[in-house]
Formats: sequence, C-alpha cells, structure tokens
Amino acid sequence: MSLEEDLYKEIILENYRSKKNRSRMDDADLASEGANPSCGDDVELFVKLDGDRVVAVTYDGIGCSICCASANLLCEAMKGKTLTEAMTIIGEYRKMLLEDETPHFSEDLADLEAMQGVKHYPVRIKCALLAWNTVRDMFETPASGG
Amino acid sequence: MQQSQPTVEPTARVSLNVEELRRDFPILTRTMRGKPFIYLDNGATALKPQSVIDEEVRYYTELSANIHRGVYEFSEEASECYDRTRGIVARFVNAQSEREIVFTKSATESSNLIAYGWAMKNIKAGDEICISEIEHHANFVPWQALAERLGATLRMIPMNPTDASLDISDLDRLINDRTRLVGITAMSNVTGYMPPVERILARARAVGAVTVVDGAQWVSHATVDVQKLDADFLIFSAHKMCGPTGVGVLYGRESLLNEMDPFLFGGDMVLRVRKEKTVFRKAPEKFEAGTPNIAGVMAFGKAVEYLQNVGMEAIHEHEQDLLRYVVERASEIDGLVSYGPADLSTRGGIFSFNVGDAHPHDTGNILDEDGIAVRTGLHCAHPLMQALGIPGTVRASFYLYNTRAEVDRLIESIHRVRRIFS
Repeated sequence: MSLEEDLYKEIILENYRSKKNRSRMDDADLASEGANPSCGDDVELFVKLDGDRVVAVTYDGIGCSICCASANLLCEAMKGKTLTEAMTIIGEYRKMLLEDETPHFSEDLADLEAMQGVKHYPVRIKCALLAWNTVRDMFETPASGG
Repeated sequence: MQQSQPTVEPTARVSLNVEELRRDFPILTRTMRGKPFIYLDNGATALKPQSVIDEEVRYYTELSANIHRGVYEFSEEASECYDRTRGIVARFVNAQSEREIVFTKSATESSNLIAYGWAMKNIKAGDEICISEIEHHANFVPWQALAERLGATLRMIPMNPTDASLDISDLDRLINDRTRLVGITAMSNVTGYMPPVERILARARAVGAVTVVDGAQWVSHATVDVQKLDADFLIFSAHKMCGPTGVGVLYGRESLLNEMDPFLFGGDMVLRVRKEKTVFRKAPEKFEAGTPNIAGVMAFGKAVEYLQNVGMEAIHEHEQDLLRYVVERASEIDGLVSYGPADLSTRGGIFSFNVGDAHPHDTGNILDEDGIAVRTGLHCAHPLMQALGIPGTVRASFYLYNTRAEVDRLIESIHRVRRIFS
C-alpha cells in the first residue's frame, strides 16, 4: 500500500485535472449542493434528464483531488443511464468504499475501480462520496431538485 | 522537571535544550505510518509531557475523590490540588487574584460564558459588537449569534487580503460610542499573525467597551501579563499548553465576574438553596457548577509549571527560530504560497501554506504518509479563508519540542507533493 498506488494513481489525477464536466448548467433539471464542512469540499451537481434517462451531469465547486476526481468519474458514469441503472451504479460504488466489497462494474465503468484504494485512507472516503451522495439524494427525491 | 539549558548550536541560536526536552514527551518515541513521528499540529493541540500524564493518573490511582464536598483526607487533598492550580494559573498570567480564574471545559465555553453571563445582560438592540475578520469560530460565532438574538450590530475589523494582517485604519469608526464589546484574537490560528491588540484595546477602553482577548493560540507561546494587557477577559485552553483536553480558562476582572450572571446552574455554585430562592456563590465558584474535570485541572497545573520551568521567553525565541528557518527553506520551493505578514516578528510559530494546485487535503495526506502531522483545511476560520479567497491551507505549527531537522523533513515531503502534483 502506498500513496501513489492507492490514492494518486494517474487515472485519478487525470480525472482531477479534467475540466470536461466541470461547469455549471443553466437548464439543469436537477441541481444540488454538497459540502464537507470540516475540510471545505463544496461541490454543486447539475443533472439534465430526458424522461427517466440521464442526459448529462456536470459539477462545479472546490475540493481536493479525490473529491473532484470522483465527481468527474460520476459525471462520466451517469451519462445515458436510466435513473434505475444510475442508482445501481451509485449503490455499487458506495459498497466498494464503505463495505469493502469487490465491485462488479461493467467494462465501460472500469475506471471507477481506480477509486478503490481510497478505502485505505478512511478520512478521505467522505471526499470520494461527496458528489455521489449528492446525486443519490437528488435521484431519490427528484422533486427537491432545481 | 526540566530546566532550560543554554546550548551552543551554530545553526540554531536557541536557548532550549530541545533534545533533552523531547525526552519528556513519550509520544515522540512513536512512529507514524512507519516513519519517525513529526508533530507539527501544535495549533490544534500540544503534546503532553510525562509529568502531566502522571498527575492525571495520580488523581485516579491515589485520590479519585470529589472536591469541595468530602470531609475525608483524599477529598481534602483533591480539593487542595484542584484549587492550587487556580493559583498557578493566576500567577502564570499575572492576575491580581486567583478569584479571577474560572475553569471551564474549553476556550469556546469561556467565550460562551461571557456571551451568556455578561453580554446577554448588558447588550441591547442597537448596540454594537466589534470583532475581526480573522477570528477563530470560537470568538466569532458566539458574538454573531448573540448580535442576531439581541438585535445588535456586529462589526468586523477587516483583513488585508495581501498578507492576512488586520487593517485598523478605520478603527475609530468600527469601535464607536455604540460599541459595548470588542473581541480580538491575540494570535491568528491560521497564520500566527499577532494583531496590534494594545492599540485595539486602547480604542475599546476609550469608548467604554468591554474587551475579550482570545488567547487560545497566544498564551501557550508568550509571556502573558493580564494587568499590563488590561483586557477585561482573556480566554484560553489547557490542551494547547501541554495540558490535558477538557479544561479551559476564563480570566476575568474580579469586579466584572462578580457582576455577571451564572451560565450553568446546579450544585457547587450555590451558597444557599431555598424553595423560594437560591443564593449563588461569588466568582469563580458561581461559574463552576457540577463536578469539574478534577484530574484535568490538576494535570493542567503541572503543565503550567512545566512551561514555566522551560521558560516562556526561551520558547518564544525557539519558535521564532523555527519560523525563520521554515520561511527560508520554503522559499526554494516553486509554487509554494505562504500566508501571513512578511515581518516575522509579528507572527508566532505558525507556517500556513499551499503547494501549487494541490488541494490542502492532498498535501496533508502526503505529509502524513511521511510521518508528519499537520492540520489542513479551513481551521475553524471560514471568514478568513473567504477573505483570502482560498479553499483552505496546510498549517505547520511549532512548539518547544520541534527541531530544524523536522523542518527539513517537512520541506522534503513538500517536494514530494510537487512531484505528484506537477
């Protein structure tokens, strides 16, 4: 176990630096903010829906590499999925970090497994979950979104 | 107990025998993440010397009795030890009387005690409270909440965003005839910056405002004289002074303390309880309801004695040396930004920084991997961070047992951060 192997893998750093999904969405169907008050991670998530299918997810805000990388991976993973499929992926991702379960992601989602090493750093798990929990809460109660 | 021994060290002109002092702190023999433990989070809490740990244990193994109640020997001794600490602390800050020292559970409880015991009674709608933008939440949120509740106005001495110092050019407007209370930190927990407290207190006295000095960061590193400082209240906490957690101090002018209402009601703070009415004791007892942290207060007395034996002047000089050294070494790192005034004599032993575009948490994580404990994030000072426009900092804060060699290890580890996030 080492930092470069578990936490700061190239794939995580790439997703951290990526600006692809880092933007605000003016015509979002759902929007919500999530914050970790102790560390200052503060992200806003935007979702565009077509019926019960996710068209696009973007995020904006400030956060550490783990927080931003996980947000970017989330945006990629949600694209084109139905809400039910999205919730299954979120459930799987959470289990990977919280219950130490080996994840079974489909091939197109294999990048998510890069986040697995975060569970060796308990204080960072909340960073890796912030965006994901925020979106889960929106999908569970879509009426509360923007 | 250690005596400070002058040492001849060509690189560090300090009067502490740090290697010898380090042996008093058992935790320094531990490793963290498999590396020698380097503790640079003294702004959060200080390490404890063996004499403090022993006293805490001694209470439970030898006395274990409640205070001010029993007529038996062990209770008498516990009461005596508890009360003795009050005198030790009073002398440490040069209070006029030990009746000016109130034990609380934290500096936060101390500021709340002033808010509930003094301010609720003496501040009304339309009055003003003045604090600063760089306060720790403990000296910020209570006054903000109180102002909201009472309909008072909260004013703030602004921060210069360039170097995180205070801009006191508008002091006469910010502290005016309507100002009833002025709260100011003596040392920022984020940058170590020490504001011109004397100047601010003088202005507060000129308009008749009551003054609260937050000494949580300052008292552990400075020679404190409350009579010279001439503040009405000084708040600080034991655990930042090599003492145990769970003990805070409120110093207050005796006359003011006696005028104040109790904050917590119950046993031990009363003179006489009748069904019709209760008569309270005088300060400090009227503020210490319930069984206090007896072992903690006793051990705190040992912590203060420890610091006195080392010498506050020597501690201050040692930290100044480490600060100058870390600033010098850090200047060799590309992309490192540090916060606080360039004049290091206005700063205590705190070095707050960021490395390139690495988030403070990432930096802290990498330092941790190298056995180095620092604080990262917002440091309970959200308004200050907002004013600086940054998502937080990495804070290395020094104390008497830190060394230049540890600073070297810190610098090495920061280079590793640069490599990962380049």
